[in-house]
Amino acid sequence: MKKLMKGNEAIAEAAVRGGCRAFFGYPITPQNEIPEYLSKRLPEVGGCFIQAESEVSAINMVYGAAGSGARAMTSSSSPGISLKQEGISYICGAELPCVIVNMVRGGPGLGGIQPAQSDYFQTVKGGGHGDYHMLVYGPGSVQEALDIMYDAFDKADEYRMPVMILGDGMIGQIMEAVELPEMKDPATFPKKEWATDGTGIGANRRIVNSLYIEPDVLEAVNHRLFDRYATLAEKETRYEAYKVEDAEIVIVAYGTVARICKSAINMLREKGYKVGMIRPITLFPFPTKAIEAVASQECVKEFISVELSMGQMIEDVKLAVNGKKTVSFYGRTGGNVMSPEDVAEFIIAKENK
Amino acid sequence: MAVVFKKTSMLTDVPFHYCPGCGHGIAHRLVAECLEELNLQGKVVGIAPVGCAVFAYNYFNCDVQEAAHGRAPAVATGVKRCNPDKVVFAYQGDGDLASIGTAEIIHAAARGENITVIFINNAIYGMTGGQMAPTTLLGQKATTCQLGRNVALNGNPIRVSEMLATLDGPSYIARVALTDPANVTKAKRAIKKAFENQVAGKGFSMVEVLSPCPTNWGVSPIDAVKYVKEEMTKQFPLGVYKDC
Repeated sequence: MKKLMKGNEAIAEAAVRGGCRAFFGYPITPQNEIPEYLSKRLPEVGGCFIQAESEVSAINMVYGAAGSGARAMTSSSSPGISLKQEGISYICGAELPCVIVNMVRGGPGLGGIQPAQSDYFQTVKGGGHGDYHMLVYGPGSVQEALDIMYDAFDKADEYRMPVMILGDGMIGQIMEAVELPEMKDPATFPKKEWATDGTGIGANRRIVNSLYIEPDVLEAVNHRLFDRYATLAEKETRYEAYKVEDAEIVIVAYGTVARICKSAINMLREKGYKVGMIRPITLFPFPTKAIEAVASQECVKEFISVELSMGQMIEDVKLAVNGKKTVSFYGRTGGNVMSPEDVAEFIIAKENK
Repeated sequence: MAVVFKKTSMLTDVPFHYCPGCGHGIAHRLVAECLEELNLQGKVVGIAPVGCAVFAYNYFNCDVQEAAHGRAPAVATGVKRCNPDKVVFAYQGDGDLASIGTAEIIHAAARGENITVIFINNAIYGMTGGQMAPTTLLGQKATTCQLGRNVALNGNPIRVSEMLATLDGPSYIARVALTDPANVTKAKRAIKKAFENQVAGKGFSMVEVLSPCPTNWGVSPIDAVKYVKEEMTKQFPLGVYKDC
């Protein structure tokens, strides 16, 4: 039976059902419903919830918990995620699985509290120091966010890396009817022989660490991480293609914006404009091959990257299109969200220039 | 032949990288001996700091996590909350604990996290080459206060034990010094109590260990020990600051 739930609460419940037993966070709008919900829910399933003294501490509590084998997560919004970058870099360096939710708000600085996608660069290109990436999802609905969260710990465990769910104020705050999955049984989760659960001694003691003082050793670690990212690109890339078969104009958009664009595409199609869309569901790995393939379609004339930013994902779109077709940009920022009409008008004006 | 002394099994056989006259080796041994005497083999997670003890994970014969600079109490919190039946300790220096990690140590103490913290105070940044620490004494020279620490320019040293003892969370706070056999014995007694408290579920315990750093103080090991005894203990008096 479907249940009406707010995005943030649906994600929190999906985390618990997906095996999360430890949450560490710090209040920041617009994601507060996640820690609020989990502060009540986690103790019911024998889990641990701590409101940390800062985002810095929260991510380091995640490091400790994840490093000792727990399914641990944190959530925050843009300025708080900036503070977590140190810890995220260490978590990636130490190859620890965990989940981080970012309900993005406008920036830079304190910015605003309304929806934005201006943390794209920070999320998919690094954010903290060093060579690393995370598995990044940009869900387009509350149900999709919930489904991604439900399996996020499995992915994190499989690849021993953090999974980031990049939402926005809209995904976090809207209420939608959702189908909740069954509670996963922690007994079925894979054993983590590498985890410092305290039983190690002598030859079998475990070290969770990101310090490799020998250049050759650190270089080998970096290669190991990047081999893993290559596997991710092969196995975990997800996207939705919408009416691209006969499209002359292809929008690339993710998250809330993709939904708006879908409505715009339907309006434009009624007016005779052949518009389609590639919606990346994973932002890292980016659906480069899918975009490349669409760019090779003869009917396609141009791409438009539509974002709640000054244009960040457009760089990856351009890399994927690789000069085959023109790529232009339409976006709103500051917490402003475009309407389907705005997108349609932009495209009509462009086509009739 | 009867064995009258042997190295504790809670240390590995990796030789320490510490300088001659440094206190870390003694402190490591005391921690390891206490863990062994409390029969905690195979039940311990250590948290290593950033600083001279960054390689502590090579020496303690238990599972270890290496934390980011100053974050050991937060990392220890994450480990302990998810493994409440294990003994978790953070081993930190003064730059780590009393400067960049002040928020983490204060709040771990305030929450009464059931962990043990070993705080090595040698009044200097050792690993990075002798910069001023939050605990550097007034008048003491460091590479970033070369004429000696001056209140107007550099502010005052911080007394962490006294500060944490004002909180309701901690169960045990003590300051000891690695200066002579009598004080080393006292230090061991304090460290043991700090671990016994954790086993008994009494909450946060911290032992501040005044420790010599001849290399970065630019003195001989003997003079360094003298400096701890005669100068450091004036600013950082030894004693038990909280015990409940």
